[in-house]
Amino acid sequence: MAAKPKLHYTKGRGRMESVRWLLAAAGVEFEEEFIETKEDLEKLRNDGVLMFQQVPLVEIDGMKMVQTRAILSYIAAKYNLYGKDLKERAWIDMYVEGTTDLMGMIMYLPFQGADTKEKNLALIIERATTRYFPVYEKALKDHGHDYLVGNKLSWADIHLLEAILMAEECKPDILSAFPLLQAFKGRTSNIPTIKKFLQPGSQRKPPTDEKFVAVVRKIFNI
Amino acid sequence: MSGKPRLTYVNGRGRMESVRWLLAAAGVEFEEIFLETRQQYEKLIKDGVLMFQQVPLVEIDGMKMVQTKAILSYIAGKYNLYGKDLKERALIDMYVEGITDLMQMILMFPFSPPEAKEKNIDSVKERATNRYFPVFEKVLKQHGQDFLVGNKFSWADVQLIEAILAVEEKIPTVLSGFPQLQAFKIRMSNMPTIKKFLQPGSPRKPPPDECYVETVLKIFKK
Repeated sequence: MAAKPKLHYTKGRGRMESVRWLLAAAGVEFEEEFIETKEDLEKLRNDGVLMFQQVPLVEIDGMKMVQTRAILSYIAAKYNLYGKDLKERAWIDMYVEGTTDLMGMIMYLPFQGADTKEKNLALIIERATTRYFPVYEKALKDHGHDYLVGNKLSWADIHLLEAILMAEECKPDILSAFPLLQAFKGRTSNIPTIKKFLQPGSQRKPPTDEKFVAVVRKIFNI
Repeated sequence: MSGKPRLTYVNGRGRMESVRWLLAAAGVEFEEIFLETRQQYEKLIKDGVLMFQQVPLVEIDGMKMVQTKAILSYIAGKYNLYGKDLKERALIDMYVEGITDLMQMILMFPFSPPEAKEKNIDSVKERATNRYFPVFEKVLKQHGQDFLVGNKFSWADVQLIEAILAVEEKIPTVLSGFPQLQAFKIRMSNMPTIKKFLQPGSPRKPPPDECYVETVLKIFKK
């Protein structure tokens, strides 16, 4: 029974977007069920399918997986995007944790009040350009390969491209000091599965707007 | 170069404590370097050994590993505490991620203002007893085995015993509705490597106190 993975989340990026990216990059078709009301979330909770009462939830290979990192690790390993051995996996994990921290900051931005938002946007740009991007720029420079780890496409590359595009939405010229990341972005965006995901009509979700913030606040009581 | 893993962190629990637990549970001896001044921290950054300018740092097998989750995954993989296949790994990851969310509340606790402390303890109690502990109580009850996953000692068991003891320090009666977890706690505490770690004189660090909070703020606050 090769059922497609089924994603349960609100109809927006949030924590599920990285899962959509990874499945899409791996060429895996998936279904989505959108939580639109508080009642939808309550139903999932009452059905006992959310291990810790939280989404994302991904139904895959007979499992009801929760916890974004667990889901992403499983998908990466299943579709050979997790390196060839323990050490490559360690490098991929380190790189992914960095881009996760950066994307985490960006994810919360729309939920903040006007003055914290401005301050945090400045912090995001500072962190992106002085803490995170230099690491990936250097990694690419040091080995001269197309991909971050083991000269082969991995979860780390997909996650980095997602982070780059999100950061560019914050500041369009954010890659101006990073020539290798610019080339990386061009190359990786042209990988057929990723190119398809970046086109209109794909399951990629748009940037979070005020309308979506209101929906999320209502459903999750925040 | 002794070949033992070398941990660099503040002399306290924080994010490094889970690493100490896992290495100890695996029976792996390790060395520790303690950060005591801002100058030491700045030197590490200047020397380029901290990938994202942050600790924990664990030097292991020729790698300078950062990012707690990456470090723990590597150790679990290396010492056969990560299940026998992809699906067991998925379960371990889900359990660990849930427990980490609970531990995060405790991690932040010493840094919250005095007036928020009582409310925060109530939140920890609520989450532990309503969201997290029931999951593991049910898992143990359903399969009746000694360990959470695959009838074999894994990273998930180590993370859970660490969390149980940490929560009990704040809420001594927290396990009162969880007989399986009470038995689990005793069983884990009696495993030779863990028993040794729980004895005085081990690398286990005491609960955070004001001195620890002061040191952390002094070294890391911008």
